[in-house]
Amino acid sequence: KSSVQTIGEEQIQNPYTELLVLKGHQDIVRFLVQIDDCRFASAGDDGIIFLWNAQTGEKLYELHGHTHKITAIAPFSSSDVTEEKTDLIITASADRTVIVWDCASGRQVQKVSCFHSTVKCLTVLQRLNVWLSGGSDLCVWNRKLDLLCKTTHLTDAGISALVELPKNCVAAAVGKELIIFRLSATNNGCEGWNIVEVKRLVDHQDNISSLVSVNDLTFVTGSHVGELIVWDALDWTKQASESNFWDSSVHPDVQPEIKLSQSPQETSVQHLTSDKECVFAAVGKGIYVYNLQMKRVIACQRTAHDSSVLHIEKLSNRQLISCSEDGSVRIWELREKQQLPAEPVPTGFFNMWGFGRANRQANQAAKKMQENTPVYFLELVGDLIGHSSAVQMFLYFGELGLATCSADHLIILWKDGERESSLRSLTLFKKLAQNGDLQLKL
Amino acid sequence: MISAPDVVAFTREEELEDDLYREPPLPEEYSVPLFPFAGQGANPWAKVAGSKFTRDFILISEFSEQVGPQPLLTIPDDAKVSGTFDLNYFSLRIMSVDYQASFVGHPPGSAYPKLNFVEDSKVVLGDSKEGAFAYVHHLTLYDLEARGFVRPFCMAYISADEHKIMQQFQELSTEFSKASECLKTGNRKAFANELEKKLKDLDYTRTVLHNETEQQKKANDKGYYTTQAIEKANELASVEKSIIEHQDLLRQIRSYPYRKLKDSEFHPYEPECALERADVGSDQDPTASEPGETHLYTHVPSYTPKLIKAKSAKCFDKKLKTLEELCDVYFFTQTLDQLHHIERTFRGDVCYLLTEQISRALLKQQSVTNFLFEDVSFLDEKPPEKQYRGCQGLDQGAVDEKCSEESLAPKVVISLGSYKSSVECVPIKMEQEMEDSEEPKMSESVMSEHQENLDYLDADIKGSISSGESIEVLGTEKSGSGLPKSESQASLPVMASPQAGRSKVGSRRTVSEDSIEVLSTCPSESLIPEDFKASYPSAINEEPYADDDEGGLRFTPRLNPGVDDGQDDISKQESLVQVDAACCIGKESPNFLEPLAELGQKPCEEDGVVRIPPQPYRPAERGYRPAEPGLRGAFPSHDGLSGGLLPYELDSRYLTGSGEVSKSSLDECSDSTSYISSAASTCSDRTPSPAHLGCAAGEKHRKRAGQNALRFIRQYPFAHPAIYSLLSGRTLVVLGEDETMVKKLVTALSIFVPNCGVYAKPVKHWVTSALHLVDFQKWKLIGLQRAASPAGVNVLHALSRYSRYLSILDADSKTLRCPLYKGSVVARLADHRTQIKRGSTYYMHVQSILTQLCSKAFLFTFCHHLHLPISEREPEESVVNRRMNFLKLQLGLANEDIKIVQYLAELLKLHYIQEPGQGGNPLLRFDYVPSFLYKI
Repeated sequence: KSSVQTIGEEQIQNPYTELLVLKGHQDIVRFLVQIDDCRFASAGDDGIIFLWNAQTGEKLYELHGHTHKITAIAPFSSSDVTEEKTDLIITASADRTVIVWDCASGRQVQKVSCFHSTVKCLTVLQRLNVWLSGGSDLCVWNRKLDLLCKTTHLTDAGISALVELPKNCVAAAVGKELIIFRLSATNNGCEGWNIVEVKRLVDHQDNISSLVSVNDLTFVTGSHVGELIVWDALDWTKQASESNFWDSSVHPDVQPEIKLSQSPQETSVQHLTSDKECVFAAVGKGIYVYNLQMKRVIACQRTAHDSSVLHIEKLSNRQLISCSEDGSVRIWELREKQQLPAEPVPTGFFNMWGFGRANRQANQAAKKMQENTPVYFLELVGDLIGHSSAVQMFLYFGELGLATCSADHLIILWKDGERESSLRSLTLFKKLAQNGDLQLKL
Repeated sequence: MISAPDVVAFTREEELEDDLYREPPLPEEYSVPLFPFAGQGANPWAKVAGSKFTRDFILISEFSEQVGPQPLLTIPDDAKVSGTFDLNYFSLRIMSVDYQASFVGHPPGSAYPKLNFVEDSKVVLGDSKEGAFAYVHHLTLYDLEARGFVRPFCMAYISADEHKIMQQFQELSTEFSKASECLKTGNRKAFANELEKKLKDLDYTRTVLHNETEQQKKANDKGYYTTQAIEKANELASVEKSIIEHQDLLRQIRSYPYRKLKDSEFHPYEPECALERADVGSDQDPTASEPGETHLYTHVPSYTPKLIKAKSAKCFDKKLKTLEELCDVYFFTQTLDQLHHIERTFRGDVCYLLTEQISRALLKQQSVTNFLFEDVSFLDEKPPEKQYRGCQGLDQGAVDEKCSEESLAPKVVISLGSYKSSVECVPIKMEQEMEDSEEPKMSESVMSEHQENLDYLDADIKGSISSGESIEVLGTEKSGSGLPKSESQASLPVMASPQAGRSKVGSRRTVSEDSIEVLSTCPSESLIPEDFKASYPSAINEEPYADDDEGGLRFTPRLNPGVDDGQDDISKQESLVQVDAACCIGKESPNFLEPLAELGQKPCEEDGVVRIPPQPYRPAERGYRPAEPGLRGAFPSHDGLSGGLLPYELDSRYLTGSGEVSKSSLDECSDSTSYISSAASTCSDRTPSPAHLGCAAGEKHRKRAGQNALRFIRQYPFAHPAIYSLLSGRTLVVLGEDETMVKKLVTALSIFVPNCGVYAKPVKHWVTSALHLVDFQKWKLIGLQRAASPAGVNVLHALSRYSRYLSILDADSKTLRCPLYKGSVVARLADHRTQIKRGSTYYMHVQSILTQLCSKAFLFTFCHHLHLPISEREPEESVVNRRMNFLKLQLGLANEDIKIVQYLAELLKLHYIQEPGQGGNPLLRFDYVPSFLYKI
């Protein structure tokens, strides 16, 4: 019995009525990264990076250079005033190399292969014009790929996530720990940097799986056992946390037999994203919306997908897109619920387990809620079925559509059929005019 | 299928052998009283009366230097075909008109024998006694052992229907030229090989003789030569002379392509051969697998030279080489293939052929939409440019002009230009004078009242037919090579002189038994000036509707004003075009269909002369041709919601009416006039050569598909939504256990599938593995295996997963799961109570309705204001409103029919904006609409 909400075949609000399948990869495609308004790069386990045109689906370049799977990719646009803007991408691979590519020419700019371990994450600090690579240690590089400084060997497991913090700091997730580093300029040169460990935060019970910066003042981390901690970005103190949900004693209203069915995998915080007000968390199969001000979950969909949600993103129009291992992409809308007396209210705690109608439990929980707070819920407005395997990631291009990548080696560009149709008409009449077949008399 | 297909369906024997006598009865609604004297199943079109053969065939004959004219082979190679027809007699007849210059030998002033590269001649002749009419194509092949190194051959297309020969003359000529070119290429190769061998023999002989002479010299030191020695020396000298002669011959034959290339008229057959070769595969002679003439004469290393008795190269053996031996084996089979192809192409009634050609020509013009439902592969299969090279070189305007000229001026078989050129090669003074005086007069009268001329010619030809025994050469084409004329041509046989032809035109003919009369001679293309050529070939074809009762052939007099004042003409024509465009603008809706009705009867018109005022012809190459005047004319006058609507298009009756109006193709919607003018000139040179090699197979397929489709719409009550799915681009999966049943259903439904490009239909007949998203992009109709195995479970799982993109027709449980259909187009397309019984007829019915749909889609796609705002400030909603109004009110579409047209329009857009050479990513468009389950 599945409790996953379904929408059926009639999806009025779903704009994506046209798709393009982009073939090229020969293995799982794990990363999509936007280069500019109409280009993106894809990379995955086959070690090849493809550059695509997001409008036409045209394959622009096929970048070969890595011999193993790609582990991290980051765009790096130069903001030098002196030279014109060049779009670069940095890729790290399991072959222990990092390559910088030029997106305009599709050529390899430079390659670094002096790593002792696989680089698992890359972060570009545009402000300082440097980039960082995180493996078993943390290295700081400048644009010309000079190693500026590096930390001592941290751990064999390596840094799993990096996030930039204010005041030249970075937070690195290393296992269960969160380490704050500070970059400081050396006295003897303009390009010299030092990196020092400032603080270690050990509040998480399990490996930190996701790390996201919300704004200049806060960042959020999530761990494999479903802890969510909101940190102050300036003094690195814990502002709030939702970490006790897996302790059934805290939630007497949760039925015990359901609690037993929980496995760490299903409580893992897979991905976090945020807008100014809320943090959106993909936890297990569910999606949770955590309001930073109210410091509580304001809406949730416990079983948003049939299996783990891998990536979520908030759109500007109160919509949320999620993709999952079950191969589907779903579009949600965060709606304010009409406050009716008997209306069920979302839970005030982070996780609530159960089969069947979640509403009943929510209803019980709602009694504890304050009556005057606005209540939200996530409404399924559309789903995109196309991939035959887990959808690893997606990239939202606004009007241009949505690119999804999957373990079935494919990338699918989902497009608004209406818009594409009128664009084609426009092209058609342009071509007619060009060919001189038609005299446009307006 | 544009031109009234329902009637044409019954005028043709699809399988001649089988259907000729086992024609199923006509459906009631088409029943026409049969020919009263005919027995069961007699075919009113079969001209069995006079002829002794049952169907058209191709005869290859040779004028053997030993036994005279003899038939070599017939195509089809079936004794039944020629029946009691006397091939020997007919060979004699056709070979006796071969009067081309084939003089080879030692021309005066030349030291060595000289090869003439003779052009083929093309002759039409009739033998009323035998009831046979033939297109005869003469050619010469080289043979080292033959007299003068040449062997005259001819290929003849023999038919009982003289009109067929006359009307298809140009096509026959084109096709036979290809065959001949192929044969001659092979022959040159073989001839060169033969020469090389001979040279080696001679070389060897010389060495032997030389050694013998040396030995004799050594053995005999008496200081004087013995008779023996002198003999040997003579022999040696003669061998050496022979070597030089042969070397020269070899040089000549090898230089052939280069000499030819200099000639602007050279048709490069070789590259095409190379292409075909690639298709044919590797089972051919490996030496022939390199393209290009230069490689053809490759050295054969395994040959061991023989000692030959020195003799003149000109003497011949007792046994002459067979045709196969004369020609390289690869080229020989190619030639036979080509001849078989010709036989297939021209099989059937001339009415059918003409209709086919007309619809093909029309189809070719619809370059924007024709890919959707028509098999357009034949359109670019063999472009006719080869033949009409001269035409290509001209700019579009000039072509336009020429085309309209054809309808403008009545035609004369013998035009000024042709006389001039034939006079050039046959300078017979007296005749020429006569000619010169006669011709201008003729053209004048033709200019003013061509009808009069017709009668005049008419009577004349009637007379000629009445002479029972005579063979009449109705039209011959005298070819001249582009090479400088050798003196030898002066010695042309008398028959070649245009005097006979002129006597014909001048209505002065000899009525004598057994005489051969050359009714007219035309120069081959090589002698026609470039700009003159395009209009020339239609001289014979242009009167395709000559009256049967008269029993004679009528030559529509035609003048070619372009000859003397080509420049002047162009400007004149330009102004004509403009005038015409203005006419179009002023066109009112009631008049709109009138010319079309006329068109239907056109083929039966009495004199076959186009009476329509001159219309500009806009060839299809221009791409988006038809909409031009219409859009220009109509748009400015409209704005607001109905903006961009042509007045006559507003009348949706025209578009929604069935049957008759199926002709309401794109042309009519915008430029109805060009439709007519093109119909008039369909038989002219721009008609694509009827090279539908794949057509025979396609024909069969269509018939079967139509039959299956008929069965499908009768059996399944939910045929409509299924067809709707296909037309709206939703992939239909036919699911079933039994492969043959599924394949049958897929075949049936395939006729409703719009093509996404010019390539193969997006139909997959049988799939056994699970489907993926990519498959739905590629295929719009899929036959899928239902299996009980675990793999089968996967297959079903994938189906349910992607169910939103699919309609599923379960052939086992007879259910259909697909969106609802409430429109009306499909009801007309697939009426289960239809009276149509034959598969091919139903196929054509479907095609005609689909053509209507295409025209709607075309209008929808290319109406500017339906897609783009009229002004900058106009909101998107009003454009959308206008668009929907157009679809609903103007095109008369209801409900789901709109989606069909939208989908077709989308395909048109994609096709149009697609850059050539760029494959383009296949799109998958879909709707989020609920599906329903239909059961029987």
